[in-house]
Amino acid sequence: MAGIVLEGVGKSYDGKTLAVQGINLTVADGEFVVLVGPSGCGKSTLLRMVAGLETISEGTVSIGDRVVNKVEPADRDIAMVFQNYALYPHMSVRQNLAYGLKNRKMDRAEIARRVDEAAKILEIGEYLDRKPRALSGGQRQRVAMGRAIVRDPAAFLFDEPLSNLDAKLRVTMRGEIRLLQKRLGTTSLYVTHDQVEAMTLADRLVVLNGGRVEQIGAPMDVYKRPASAFVAAFIGSPAMNLLPAVLSGGTVQFGGGRVAVGDGLPDGRITLGIRPEDLRPAAADEDGAFEMPVAYIEELGSQRLVHGSIEGEDVVCAVPAERPVGESLHLTADPALLHVFDAQSGARLN
Amino acid sequence: MVEDRPFLNFLAHLVLVIGVLIVAFPVYIAVIASTHGPDDFLSGMIPLLPGDRGLDAYRAMLTTGLSTSGAPPLGGMMLNSLIMALGVAFGKIAISILSAFAIVYFRFPLRTLAFWMIFITLMLPVEVRIFPTYKVVADLGMLNSYPGLIVPLIASATATFLFRQVFLTIPDELVEAARIDGAGPMKFFRDILVPLSRTNMAALFVILFIYGWNQYLWPLLITTDSKYYTIVTGIKRMADVADSVPQWNYVMAAVVLAMLPPVIVVVGMQKLFVKGLVDAEK
Ligand SMILES: Nc1ncnc2c1ncn2[C@@H]1O[C@H](COP(=O)(O)OP(=O)(O)OP(=O)(O)O)[C@@H](O)[C@H]1O
Ligand SMILES: [Mg+2]
Repeated sequence: MAGIVLEGVGKSYDGKTLAVQGINLTVADGEFVVLVGPSGCGKSTLLRMVAGLETISEGTVSIGDRVVNKVEPADRDIAMVFQNYALYPHMSVRQNLAYGLKNRKMDRAEIARRVDEAAKILEIGEYLDRKPRALSGGQRQRVAMGRAIVRDPAAFLFDEPLSNLDAKLRVTMRGEIRLLQKRLGTTSLYVTHDQVEAMTLADRLVVLNGGRVEQIGAPMDVYKRPASAFVAAFIGSPAMNLLPAVLSGGTVQFGGGRVAVGDGLPDGRITLGIRPEDLRPAAADEDGAFEMPVAYIEELGSQRLVHGSIEGEDVVCAVPAERPVGESLHLTADPALLHVFDAQSGARLN
Repeated sequence: MVEDRPFLNFLAHLVLVIGVLIVAFPVYIAVIASTHGPDDFLSGMIPLLPGDRGLDAYRAMLTTGLSTSGAPPLGGMMLNSLIMALGVAFGKIAISILSAFAIVYFRFPLRTLAFWMIFITLMLPVEVRIFPTYKVVADLGMLNSYPGLIVPLIASATATFLFRQVFLTIPDELVEAARIDGAGPMKFFRDILVPLSRTNMAALFVILFIYGWNQYLWPLLITTDSKYYTIVTGIKRMADVADSVPQWNYVMAAVVLAMLPPVIVVVGMQKLFVKGLVDAEK
């Protein structure tokens, strides 16, 4: 077992622009860290540098106590699970699991023991003699996991392993991956663009944007105190409302009402962030309540999402399922739950 | 085509039947002619019904050969053809799969140039470069030898190109998974690429075997010793006698015998052949 340390890691594919830059990250031994961000932000690039499938242009990557910049993937003591599973189509499941061990000259009895154990853990014993093409997507996913487990590596690397599965199976497998990782205690680095997956799996989240780290932290910390407007918009579902506003004297005026944001902030243009669930319906005459004309309502069963707009900005508000909603809604927000970001840089101000 | 229209069905079958007849008729003529006596052709008419000699001509061709035309017994020539066809087929497959492997999976200087040079040789079949090739083979002392028959025909741009296309359809992740699993280049080639191109190799083998078997100009040019005659050139020699009438019954018997090995290969490997052409096992 070992941790992974990235210091000043950067990657340039063309020698000019950096696809990923200045990444500093320490994954502790046994920790489950999820890299999350929109498409093209460099998640896969970063993971592949750790795996050794891409050269490292800047900085160092260490696994355990060893700098592995120049070490072949096979010698890094990692196992990787790919999005399309990448099982060897001409080999049976058993051979797929055993291939990496055979190449390491492990003796037959030990290979058989490990394959059987992995098969038991993942409940794929029945399919051991089938070819991958005779398996369903979920079963292939398990085999791909099995191939990683049998190696008993220092770290697991996952690149969007669930995105080829249907929604329901994805939720099931997500839980299984989490349980398995807890049980094995293997350091894991996991890439996804799905923020729900990221939130539910991670011990710690790394939010990437345009090749840079936006924020690193425990899922709930990131959710409660996003470090930037980008993170605020990315993490959480439904997404946080981000409204351009002008701050003067610690309050913001809009929609015919006003919100106290708190003291100690400089006057000027800001982006005000309010999560849909933090918007509270209020009486029309309540002090500072602002009005939102309702455009349409999404029923989620457990709650209703009311879509409307305030001063031309789309706003979403989550209200309890039974609550009736008229043509417009009066809302207030608790100052403690507001997020204030710099209008230009998007950095958090409060 | 689930429609059931009698007229179109009839038309389609008619075209197919005509096609089959056109292909099969010469074969039929050859078989018929081989059962006649040598004098039955003097009239200039080709008989259309079986003669009375049965398999005599075949027996003669296989045991004694046709001394008047300087043709040794067919067995030896068939063996030469077999060696040449197998040599060409296996040689081409081995060389082209290796060069495709190099071109697709290795970054070496002038890689693109190498690929295009191989590609351009598509335009230079044996017939075009036959004199320089002859000179080289002669200088190497390979006239009248199996290597001389086989080696100059082995390089194949077509097969290289085919394997390149096959390799390009193999997902990058598979290559990466193998890398992580500790498979070096040669292990990857042996354990992953070769098994995955098995059906393509089989299809190619059928085509190349027939190509090698049917070679005419090259063996004609470099074999002067009857020990190395191939069956196709042998037939030509038989039909080309100087001072007498060709003995068509014997020639046709030889033709029919020469057709058999390719037929056996095609029929025997039909399943793999079709599979290799239509579906990739990926
Ligand atoms: N082989 C490559 N050559 C050149 N540029 C590349 C290469 N691979 C990725 N890139 C670029 O690097 C950037 C990051 O790509 P990367 O694949 O890491 O994104 P990602 O975060 O994994 O996205 P996704 O969620 O779509 O998989 C992108 O702008 C991409 O165009
Ligand atoms: Mg990716």
